[in-house]
Amino acid sequence: MSKEGLRPRYAPTPTPETAHFWEGTKQRKLLLQRCMDNGNVYFPPRARDPASGSANIEIFEASGKAKLISYTINHRQHPSFETPYAIAIVQLEEGPMMMTNIVECEQTPDALVLDMPLEVTYEDVSDTITVPLFKPAGASS
Amino acid sequence: MTVAVVGASETTDLGRIPDLSQTQLHADAAFNALADAGLTVKDIDGIATAGASPVDLTHYLGLEPRWIDGTSVGGCSFLIHVRHAVAALEAGFCETVLITHGESGRSGVGRGGGGGGAASFASQFEVPYGPMGPTTLFGIGVLRYMKQYGMTHEQLASVAVAQREWAGMNPRAMYRDPITVDDVLASRVIAYPFHLLECCLVTDGGGALILTKAERAKDFPQPPVYVLGTGESVESPMISQMKDLTSSRNFRIAGRDAMHAAGISHDDVDHVMIYDAFAHLPIYGLEDLGFVGRGEAGPFFEEGHTRPGGKLPVNTNGGGLSYTHTGMYGMFALQESVRQVRGQAPAQVDNVNVSLCLGVGGMFAAGACIVFGKEMP
Repeated sequence: MSKEGLRPRYAPTPTPETAHFWEGTKQRKLLLQRCMDNGNVYFPPRARDPASGSANIEIFEASGKAKLISYTINHRQHPSFETPYAIAIVQLEEGPMMMTNIVECEQTPDALVLDMPLEVTYEDVSDTITVPLFKPAGASS
Repeated sequence: MTVAVVGASETTDLGRIPDLSQTQLHADAAFNALADAGLTVKDIDGIATAGASPVDLTHYLGLEPRWIDGTSVGGCSFLIHVRHAVAALEAGFCETVLITHGESGRSGVGRGGGGGGAASFASQFEVPYGPMGPTTLFGIGVLRYMKQYGMTHEQLASVAVAQREWAGMNPRAMYRDPITVDDVLASRVIAYPFHLLECCLVTDGGGALILTKAERAKDFPQPPVYVLGTGESVESPMISQMKDLTSSRNFRIAGRDAMHAAGISHDDVDHVMIYDAFAHLPIYGLEDLGFVGRGEAGPFFEEGHTRPGGKLPVNTNGGGLSYTHTGMYGMFALQESVRQVRGQAPAQVDNVNVSLCLGVGGMFAAGACIVFGKEMP
């Protein structure tokens, strides 16, 4: 939800190969793809596994568990964010990396500890788009 | 010529294809052509495309190219790609080239996926999280690097300090006053862990090069600077999808190929230029090129080995951090390599016979390496 005085964050435009992912987040589900030939789990969504070129893939729901891999903390003004805010890369339990924001956590180097366990949460950006965000594992709400 | 077409195919469907994005049309045609040739994506080490970026196709298809061509000059681009591919194959730059076209010209699904369009992967999977250009994204892996290798903030800052010392010897450098590690760490935080003095300048400027065959090179007024070796690659349009946030695959491939083609070892290199949009790039670069081991570049800079008088002079024009940075700085890194080999640099290093120049494109999206030499190969 947009905070007071801030514009809603950018809402992505889904494409045919990513539509299922954005349908999933709208239902509070984080959907990934797995190659049925070699077990490789990948992201962002594509019709074929980039490791093998195989089109024999399945879509499945991720656990929503992740850990904090790296980040920057932006100090310049952004129309949709209260500064400073961290732009983070997390690694999902299933393997893929994903850019996101860490919410329900102070946006400081002391609070944002690399490898800290996280869990997925969601923010509705528009009537059709919901983005996955992450919060410290076990945080309230 | 000794080059042949061994696979060819169009997209599965033609006409109206509203269920495939433009990038998917590229991919559909690519997989059909691979099937026609009896090959897989793992066999492809050269990629050319127009209307999309070779970076996008590389990431989408899962390629690891050693040669790319993104020449995009209209509908004849693919003919030009064929010609460039012939030269690349004959030169041994790569073994198997894929050239793709895909265009959702009627349905307009995912058009603009080759750049900053709303349907691009970056727009879908990075932009919502508030990145504001390179200052917020280029260094996003550095905290991971620091944790993995124990690099300190002071070591990162020492890159800017060393380069300012070179800039102080260069009347054309924008910033020339000496700075200390404390100055760097006291400068404004732009995007933690990066301070102002660890970010490049923003300037106007330009540069140009003229090349001809080596046998003609001695007929010109300036001392010739020979191209001894080259390398290139692309990885991903999204920094969040790099295979390793502490190292650039492009730097490794481009550096390896350039040094191999030049037939040189690290000891043969007298001078190094590494595109430094931010202070961590020379750190990644020295390690990915193999001049130092993993995690050793921070101490290497801190100990002063790249400074004037050091054993490996790096970014002797002052670099993007102190000399100039127009946005696509690579031309200025090349210019300084040429000046050093000619013996005409403002901060001239003694006896430069071989200069290595490593460039980056996007945010670790692309990389290229050129080895220059004073002697004809």
